[in-house]
Amino acid sequence: MNRRAQLSALLALPMLWLIGIYIFSLVMLLVTAFWVTDPFTSKVKPGFTLRNFEQIIANPAYASTSLRTLGIALAVTVLSILISVPLGIFMAKVASPKLRAILAVAITLPLWAGYLVKILAMRITFTEEGFFNSMLGPLGISGPGFSIVTVVLTLTYLWLPYMAVPVYTAIRQLPPNLFDASSDLGAGAGFTIRTVVLPLIRPAIIAGSIFTFSLSLGDYIAAKFVGGSTQMIGSIIASNINLNPPIAAAFSLVPIAFVVIYLVSVQRTGALERM
Amino acid sequence: MRSKIMTGAAFIAVAALALTGCSADTDGTSTAAGGLSIDVPDIPMIEELGEMESEVNIVAWSGFVEPAWSDEFTEETGCTVNRRVAGTSDEMVQLMRTGDYDLVSASGDASLRLIAGGDVQPINLDLVPNFGDDIVEGMKGQIYDTINGQSYGVPIGRGANILQYNSDVVTEEPTSWDVAWEADSPYAGEIIAYDAPIYIADAAVYLMAHEPDLGITNPYALDQDQLDAAIDLLKQQNKIVSEYWADPAAQITSFAGGTTSLGTSWEILRKLTDDDKFKSVLPEEGSTGWSDAWMIAAESESPNCAYAWVDYTSAADVNGAIATNFGMAPANAAFCDTSDEAAAHCEYFNATDEEYFSNVWFWTTPIEQCIDGRTDVTCTNFQQWTDAWLSVKS
Repeated sequence: MNRRAQLSALLALPMLWLIGIYIFSLVMLLVTAFWVTDPFTSKVKPGFTLRNFEQIIANPAYASTSLRTLGIALAVTVLSILISVPLGIFMAKVASPKLRAILAVAITLPLWAGYLVKILAMRITFTEEGFFNSMLGPLGISGPGFSIVTVVLTLTYLWLPYMAVPVYTAIRQLPPNLFDASSDLGAGAGFTIRTVVLPLIRPAIIAGSIFTFSLSLGDYIAAKFVGGSTQMIGSIIASNINLNPPIAAAFSLVPIAFVVIYLVSVQRTGALERM
Repeated sequence: MRSKIMTGAAFIAVAALALTGCSADTDGTSTAAGGLSIDVPDIPMIEELGEMESEVNIVAWSGFVEPAWSDEFTEETGCTVNRRVAGTSDEMVQLMRTGDYDLVSASGDASLRLIAGGDVQPINLDLVPNFGDDIVEGMKGQIYDTINGQSYGVPIGRGANILQYNSDVVTEEPTSWDVAWEADSPYAGEIIAYDAPIYIADAAVYLMAHEPDLGITNPYALDQDQLDAAIDLLKQQNKIVSEYWADPAAQITSFAGGTTSLGTSWEILRKLTDDDKFKSVLPEEGSTGWSDAWMIAAESESPNCAYAWVDYTSAADVNGAIATNFGMAPANAAFCDTSDEAAAHCEYFNATDEEYFSNVWFWTTPIEQCIDGRTDVTCTNFQQWTDAWLSVKS
């Protein structure tokens, strides 16, 4: 009995948080998606209508924006993996302890700067007369300007630490004798990475990808400041949140669906259990 | 193009006719606003003022409520001023609906929604002595703050959405918006557009001049075909746009950073670039614009302080201070005579130049009732505009 009381005391705060804040607000969001908005005054009235969902299906802008956002989120994730894996291997297995410490600080340091500051920094970098063009202009290279490419680069810049840190930690924990054994058996560096390192760090990559994917999916500030005319799911939700909250709620189910599908497919590979 | 003043005047005339029981149909010219009688919740107007309360809560645009003039107000009346700065009209509407605020500096695209939603109360202009003959003609009795002959707002100031350009790139002053809309614009890829559904009206203003067959007479009264045409034009523009701006700072850096050579702007933003190479013009087609007015919440807990604030800020000097701080034309023309600086400000912002503003279509909430007087079609409402706007960028 006493144990039970202890257990409930221990769980009270997390459960209150989980149910009160997380689940409750999600349910409210779901419920709002069925409410009605007065077309003139944009006042929201409780009720039940499927019109919000019909509108999302009927207007092709919603579907094309969803697909574009999905593409951006996947591109950010892939780019983060491509940067993190070689970087992690270098840091964990090649770099001297001093260089390793410097690199670890360099990767995590951007996390200390404000999110908006970083986006505005990217904006200044990629503006027409900005840093990128003035550095590479003489070589005949001109930057992507404000476009979907810049959005992907900016989001990768923002979320890279969430991928790089778990990947680095995972590689660091690999027993050195695996590398010795691999090379004793005659495998080259590339073959060792492909057949030994990558399979073992897959859970870390997946853990990182959950962050990079879902954070990119929900972002809209990057699209607003460096996207030029790029429209993402978040942009549409933001522009509707004051005018037509029910349709914003209905549309926000799309990224939720994307993340759930992603988690379920990841879970099927068994990666979540080893995370 | 019909003058905005005439629209306002005709509207008042119609309202007066309606009050005396005459049919508006008898007056041929009044069809402009004849159809516009909106069902407004019956909210009583305050007849006389009482004791001041202790505070007043204001939702305002940045720069409208500053200690430079609110401190003196508090001293005079004993009302502490609590300010909440809002970034968009939609946010203002939402904030007013929380019931926590007494006053709002509403633009035309917010005010109709507030009035029809029963969120603001009618204003007794007798209790605002500073609202007098000096209020510029073009801001009296406008459609977006005067409904069914009843005033709901006290004007603060107005401005136009102008065409700003970088004279290093655009060497010849543009006379038309065509450089910003047409696919073969020499500045394709360097054009900035405003990022909000209300920007559809800018497309409509352009179509009004260049596609007369569409029959658009008021950019805020678009039937479905006219809205589709405006969206097509916006989609065409989307291909030559460098950026869309909603954040003023982003707009300024876009021009200053060379990404953008021309596009829609406000006078204040051009001034803030602090660079003479950026020039502005009101093109021949005219433009959209905004006109702000104080409105008092229907459920205001401090109506006396609210009235006192509205009156205080309508005085020439305070109204002028707000207009100077924000960079717009003041509503109270008496400010222009107070000093040379004030006169220069009024001159720069065309404060009393009704001819200038007759070419400016102030933001108004689009509603199903066609405010241009047509009764044979249904116009598109703001929800439809918002939905259509999404397809522009996809």
